[in-house]
Amino acid sequence: MTSDVTTERGRPDTIRAVPVRHPGRWIAVVVIAVLVAMFVNMLATNKNVGWPTVGHYLFSSIIFRGIRMTIELTVLSMAIGIVLGTIAAVMRLSPNPVVSGVAWVYVWFFRGTPLLVQIIFWFVFATFIPHMSFGVPFGPSFWSKDTNSLVTLFVSALLALSLNEGAYMSEIVRAGILSVDEGQSEAAHALGMTRFQVMRRVVLPQAMRVIVPPTGNEVNSMLKNTSLVSTIGLVELLRSAQIIYNANYKTIPLLIDAMIWYLVMTSILQVGQFYIERHFGRGSTRTTALTPLQKAKKLILSGHHGGL
Amino acid sequence: MSSLASSLMVDAQRVHKSFGANEVLKGIDFQVAPGQVVCLLGPSGSGKSTFLRCINHLEKINAGRLYVDGELVGYSQVGDKLYELREKDVAKKRTEIGMVFQHFNLFPHMTALANIVEAPIRVKGEAKAEVHARAHDLLAKVGLADRASAYPRQLSGGQQQRVAIARALAMRPKLMLFDEPTSALDPELVGDVLAVMRDLAQSGMTMIVVTHEIGFAREAADTVVFMDGGVVVESGPPSDVLSNPQHTRTKTFLSQVL
Repeated sequence: MTSDVTTERGRPDTIRAVPVRHPGRWIAVVVIAVLVAMFVNMLATNKNVGWPTVGHYLFSSIIFRGIRMTIELTVLSMAIGIVLGTIAAVMRLSPNPVVSGVAWVYVWFFRGTPLLVQIIFWFVFATFIPHMSFGVPFGPSFWSKDTNSLVTLFVSALLALSLNEGAYMSEIVRAGILSVDEGQSEAAHALGMTRFQVMRRVVLPQAMRVIVPPTGNEVNSMLKNTSLVSTIGLVELLRSAQIIYNANYKTIPLLIDAMIWYLVMTSILQVGQFYIERHFGRGSTRTTALTPLQKAKKLILSGHHGGL
Repeated sequence: MSSLASSLMVDAQRVHKSFGANEVLKGIDFQVAPGQVVCLLGPSGSGKSTFLRCINHLEKINAGRLYVDGELVGYSQVGDKLYELREKDVAKKRTEIGMVFQHFNLFPHMTALANIVEAPIRVKGEAKAEVHARAHDLLAKVGLADRASAYPRQLSGGQQQRVAIARALAMRPKLMLFDEPTSALDPELVGDVLAVMRDLAQSGMTMIVVTHEIGFAREAADTVVFMDGGVVVESGPPSDVLSNPQHTRTKTFLSQVL
């Protein structure tokens, strides 16, 4: 008797089985949908939210000025922090004990004290060191200036955020460097590269794959941590909202405005991170990750049915 | 420096090397003339790879003298005094010695071509166009003309090792070191790599090969050196050492690998 499964040529039929059903997922969808509807209803009908006020201030110029300051602080602090962190990480791995010791103390101090305390410290830095001068140590100075004119409100915020960030970035970069196989630097040295070339051309590019995801996290934290400098009176996004609600007492609507903008900015960052990770992941897998656009195209062209 | 030393490509005199309290090399005497192909055999832990790494100063020797092409490795000598070389000078000497590793150690973030052109351009400062042309020639020579733009992970082990050989040759070295180049390969991929090495040997390149491939040693080597326990046990033409070993340790080893 011939079997139903195999054809004469011997190639079995393609399997067409009934897929497993997932009733649990459908129940979860219903429960979640109800909860979301209740929450949205609460938000929409709650008089305390004051949606007209939210809309009124969402695009106001004072909020926009605050956003600009938040972005400036984030970008600058992060850039300085990444440079400081990379230098500190390379120093930590130096065979010279003095060099690695200095880097260790830096990380120990700036990671070991709260960011808010550091911000306030830089704010009152002028009372600690009123004058700054440049010259021969313990000898004559060629140049001297009042600290207050150098360390402005913006500079003290920038110092606090970037020095603190550098300490965290140093640990991230160090982990990245250590993740690269030793054979890589050996091969590079055998080709006659100097320690600097090995770092710059071979080790760091590979370390990036490990460094980028936590750094994305750091940018995200930084964006939100800039709100701490509102305590020393620098007008960034949160402070802008505070200035308005201190005048009109519409606290909740303005905090919602601030949160909306923080969410918008962190969401944009997340998209950026995807593309950066994709770039540094090249060569590490046999295929490159698809962009959302490519994924959508593939989904449509293949006629694949997503779903539960 | 004696005139004998300067006519040799590699001249090791009573070389010792320890890792902490563990002495790995216990007085190696070893000479390679230009154009010679030497295979280093021996059980694992005998110090073959360590000795190979001493030759381009990836490891520092503790005692003895080691010369490459008449010059002391890692030091300069003035009178009786030795001076450690600066990093730049060590690096410069390494450009003249090619090295191929057991695990290939290609740079995974660069294509095969980029792996090959990196050092000639960045280290020796050669013209880009010239180096690229040479790299394509080398890829053709190792049978990978069509894989120039492939990343190492898209290549098989044997292909990666052949790119690694091309990468080392692109520096135009006067000496090539091979550290168990086929030990990490699937058996069916070994042949392609050995064929490339055989061609290289026939072209007159001076080569020191740490290997377990007795067949390769028999047909390609001028000299076979058998090491055990950090010393050279015996050396000579493959016909002597491989077919008619004098020491029991060599006999035991050969009977185990053959």
